[in-house]
Amino acid sequence: MASEGEPEYTDRELMVAAAAREIDDGDVAFVGMRLPLIAFQLAVSTHAPNAMSVFESGVVREDPADGFLHTMCDLPNLNGALATTSMADIMARLQRGDVDVGFLGGAEIDRHGNLNTTRVQAGDREIRLPGSGGACDIACMSGRTVILMAHEPRRFVERVHYVTSPGHGEGGDWREREGVPGGGPAALVTTKATFGFDDQGELYLRTCHPGVDRETIADDFPWDLQTAEDVTGDAIDTTEPPTAEALELIRTFDPDGFWTR
Amino acid sequence: MPVDKRAPMDEAVSAIEPGDTVAAGLALEHAIPFAVGHELIRQGTDDLTLVGPISDVLFDQLTGAGLVDQVRAAWVGNVSAGTGYNFRRAVEGGDLAVENHSNFSVALALQAGALGVPYLPTRSLLGSDVFAENDRFLEAEDPYSGDRLALVPAIEPDWAVVHVQRASPHGDAHFWGNTGVTHEAVGAADQVLLTAEEIVDTEVIRSDPSRTSITRENVAAVVECPYGAHPSPVAGRYNRDHDHFLAYHAQTGEPEDFEGWLEQWVHGVADRDAYMDRVDADISITAPASAAEVEYGQ
Repeated sequence: MASEGEPEYTDRELMVAAAAREIDDGDVAFVGMRLPLIAFQLAVSTHAPNAMSVFESGVVREDPADGFLHTMCDLPNLNGALATTSMADIMARLQRGDVDVGFLGGAEIDRHGNLNTTRVQAGDREIRLPGSGGACDIACMSGRTVILMAHEPRRFVERVHYVTSPGHGEGGDWREREGVPGGGPAALVTTKATFGFDDQGELYLRTCHPGVDRETIADDFPWDLQTAEDVTGDAIDTTEPPTAEALELIRTFDPDGFWTR
Repeated sequence: MPVDKRAPMDEAVSAIEPGDTVAAGLALEHAIPFAVGHELIRQGTDDLTLVGPISDVLFDQLTGAGLVDQVRAAWVGNVSAGTGYNFRRAVEGGDLAVENHSNFSVALALQAGALGVPYLPTRSLLGSDVFAENDRFLEAEDPYSGDRLALVPAIEPDWAVVHVQRASPHGDAHFWGNTGVTHEAVGAADQVLLTAEEIVDTEVIRSDPSRTSITRENVAAVVECPYGAHPSPVAGRYNRDHDHFLAYHAQTGEPEDFEGWLEQWVHGVADRDAYMDRVDADISITAPASAAEVEYGQ
């Protein structure tokens, strides 16, 4: 994917780097499972040294773990944490509005950023997925959410089959009307592109990853996808590839490439 | 004299009866009481309702063994690999009722039980199908502010099953590392089945009372069971055996494969020692760390 002379990287390494950039210095980030485990560690090691991470298992950390993490409860994540506490403690921080950014994934997403991780329809068959975990809580109550998903057309649907994690609902002032307190989805990062949400809560294409063209992205959506040109007047840029420093850090946090290769 | 509640695993687990509601996997991926789960499978204790936030693969194993009527949980699967095949098969086959929760709604339901109140309000759940599909979650208006809230009714399990680092013979326990919803579940449950890496004198517990997570009142039995949480980790004692979770995923794609897994890891081993003889992974602590000394006194 990279041109000659630039470091080679995988789609998921690019996603992690892009996700890390969504964490601002000083943010409290609700991390969760999988790629965000790596993204937080990258952010706090680079541009966001004052970011904090909280995990619903009851972990509060200010720095990367000294060892690979399969899960938020792996001992490297507990060892040297600022606090190992309870879920109620962490969810209380979320509910009272102290979490700036939360990370989410999904099997399905719709144009307003609603997410489904509970059950999907595949032809006649309804497939049961693991469910919400903390995702519904993060979606409802984080200051903003960042969504990470593999870029597969079947995941982009007009309306999710089941709303596990509310996004901007039906758009407009839906969250306010429903009494859903957090700010809702701010960004979607896939293996091909990054997206924002406009002031009506509708998804738009922000950047394409290197080597991906905008028409290909648009074809993957069952609705007429907005772009940055429509929403902000900005050009659709190419997603900034991970720096050499970022790649080195990602490969330190995920030495065997379990999550990112 | 306080009651000595030490018991062998089989005797302690036999107090859990078919049809009981059992909360387990309460510290999320940490300290999951797999040894108790496997003994439930050996004893065939069925018609269970399971309560917990995620459980990693514990609920998948009990479901695959045909012991579960209902799951009240936020997430059931394999944290390393995603899908829990037994859970998926059981739900899709209509053999398992699921009450979908979020992690917080499990915590609130157990906290309501622990507080002795019928429900707790939350700002979570609103706008989701987790809320919309469940008649037990109710919508309410805050009488003070007029805000819209979701009400989560209490869950009061028959049992909370908890694995800890150390416990007294009477059922007082030190548990450190993240605790998830352990305290709430212990408070909400009628009885607690406690398994511990180590049984220690009560004086050890009393030497550091701020570390005490559970006191003896509703503890039914204390089982000494080293490695009782394998393949999940226990803070300060052993690491997570990631490969075991990945192998479980690879070995449970079809029901007959799961039967083979059960034979290898549950029915084919008499007890936890025999089970651990089959574990090859090095899960030992390679970088030990001790807390700063804590002073008490008077």
